[in-house]
Amino acid sequence: MTNNVDTAKLKYKNPVNAFINPYLLNMDLICANAGEAMNGARKKAIENFNINGIYNRENDKYKHFDIQNIFSYDYEKYFVPNAFQTDNDMFICDIYDLISYKIFLQNGFYTDKNEKLTVLDNGVIYGSLAEASVKYPEIFKKYYNQIADGKNEGLVAMNTAFAQDGVFVFLPQNAILDKPVQITNILLGESNSMVQYRNLFIVEPNAKANILICNNTFSDSKFLANCINETFVANNARLEVVRLQNEHNNSCHFSFTHVKQENGSVYTDNTITLNGGVVCNNMETTLAGEHCENHTFGLFLADRSQYVANYTAVNHASPHCTSNELFKGILDDMATGIFKGKIHVSPHADKTAAFQANNNILLSDASRMFTRPQLEIYADDVKCSHGVTVGRLDEEALFYMRSRGMEYRQAQLLQLFGFAYDIISKISAESLRDSIADMVEKRLKGELSQCIGCTYQCKK
Amino acid sequence: MLQIKNLHASIGGKEILKGVNLLINAGEIHAIMGPNGSGKSTLAAILTGKPGYEVTDGEVLFNGDDLLAMSPEERSHKGLFLSFQYPVEIPGVSNVNFMKAALNEHRKYKGLEPLSASEFLKLMREKMALVEIDSKLTSRSVNEGFSGGEKKRNEIFQMAMLEPKLSILDETDSGLDIDALRIVANGVNMLKRPDTSTIVITHYQRLLNYIVPDIIHVLYNGKIVKTAGKELALELEEKGYDWLKIDDSANMDAKE
Repeated sequence: MTNNVDTAKLKYKNPVNAFINPYLLNMDLICANAGEAMNGARKKAIENFNINGIYNRENDKYKHFDIQNIFSYDYEKYFVPNAFQTDNDMFICDIYDLISYKIFLQNGFYTDKNEKLTVLDNGVIYGSLAEASVKYPEIFKKYYNQIADGKNEGLVAMNTAFAQDGVFVFLPQNAILDKPVQITNILLGESNSMVQYRNLFIVEPNAKANILICNNTFSDSKFLANCINETFVANNARLEVVRLQNEHNNSCHFSFTHVKQENGSVYTDNTITLNGGVVCNNMETTLAGEHCENHTFGLFLADRSQYVANYTAVNHASPHCTSNELFKGILDDMATGIFKGKIHVSPHADKTAAFQANNNILLSDASRMFTRPQLEIYADDVKCSHGVTVGRLDEEALFYMRSRGMEYRQAQLLQLFGFAYDIISKISAESLRDSIADMVEKRLKGELSQCIGCTYQCKK
Repeated sequence: MLQIKNLHASIGGKEILKGVNLLINAGEIHAIMGPNGSGKSTLAAILTGKPGYEVTDGEVLFNGDDLLAMSPEERSHKGLFLSFQYPVEIPGVSNVNFMKAALNEHRKYKGLEPLSASEFLKLMREKMALVEIDSKLTSRSVNEGFSGGEKKRNEIFQMAMLEPKLSILDETDSGLDIDALRIVANGVNMLKRPDTSTIVITHYQRLLNYIVPDIIHVLYNGKIVKTAGKELALELEEKGYDWLKIDDSANMDAKE
């Protein structure tokens, strides 16, 4: 299916060509099932990708790790979905019991385990992105690729150029989703694989939805995922997205979340990173309407040689909006964490209230955290704040707990969990909050480590 | 219960305790008084195993066991409790979870099953009533945003939950108004059993009106310079500590 011959020849000299050629050779397969809006965006995106490459040198996002190296491996690329694994054991996880509309993606393709498209009584549509792009061209014309800008971001351009499928969620005016849409992304395969998928979430005026995205790996090959979430939240609509990242430590995950909010809308984004070799989350929000509320939260737990980066950009383009960002990290062993948070307040965006905080705990001498707030304020009448801490566990508190009979390890866990719960508590659905709290606790105890791809090579 | 023999201790190379001897029998209440910087809090810290202190000489026996060889949690399991002078705030850890973890560790040590959620809540409500703690405080983070009085009451509440054999109250009266002082003292008195002992560390005689000691010691410059009955507190209140210092001029020179 793939053409690895070209890749092998070119991979060290020019990763851009190496990556792009197999796709170009399979353009007919890539375009086969997608609608006009998706296919129409590809040409320009390929041009943008050619200009930017995998990353733009002016873009200092990737300066702390070797992104070229990640992309220089041979990855198998899928242009038609491989057979869906029907092994149900795979889906036994704490989150699986959640009452939700379940969708499974395997290697970026919408699987035949799901209905292609589901239309609920209240007009809510969810299902395959490719299928929806054929069936609802007018919606796609209005929204698809409107805010995911590949001009300066090579990976976004690459996704736009070659993504074939993903999830589409559409809520018409006044619709309320009675339970969350739960998207489980499964990465699976015998050989190293590269996947690209794309989600499009549209919440029309006064509608309300919760979406949960779980990213998992089910085989120990090397995976590289490059995905985009394009999200539109219309007037007075509410959307909450929880992202749970639990891929093995030999996988790399790049995600780009682009959000546009209109008047009076509320959007909450919560990214919980438990495992993953290289995880790079990008969140870009534009508060286009007035009186918007944006909450962007993140928690990452990294150990061994994990690398977790969170880049956020909140663009206050209109007056009277509030944004609130909180990211927390716990780093152990040789793990590296990065946070870069940008807040941009446009000249006329008066009465803006923008808050940002990033707190981190380093548990080892070799773990590292790079953090950088970046505020650009061009309006006068605003309230903005930012704060960053990088510290250790509180020794006084540890002694206090031990003096009450707790063992050192337990005191440490309780303190770390307390630190992390600050983020978990922001999840509005109680059952989801409880199961994520449970997973975070297990992760802190070391019971949820991904043995697959671990560099320690200990016996399981 | 507790036997301290010739205890010498230092912090950062500076000698704080210079040979403390103390014997506390089961059922007794001892008060340790003394001016600022005399070593009272250091003594409490060493007894509970706070890191950073170095014992250079002497030994401490707690019900016959070598106390100084134990970890802080082991000391707690064996029945030692310190009511902190400055209770520590632990953001994100609720009072309930904190107390449940602590209590179940104690039960594990005694070979008992952990309490069920309902049993635990029942016990907790019972003990909270003892020190008149607002039930709202239980779901809040440990000591975070508590007033001075609430923090000290929370300490006595923890003591009530863990039922220690020997309690050390380190300046439990500091920062308390009269009403809070009475509540805290009442709590301590109600928890008192014939087989448990208490060490009250304080600057002032006031607390000792409520918690009446059997014996009062004056710790001065790292040594116990006077031991007497409860009437000593009144004498100290009247005369201050200066008259004791004269007896101990040699130590004073050493300090300077």
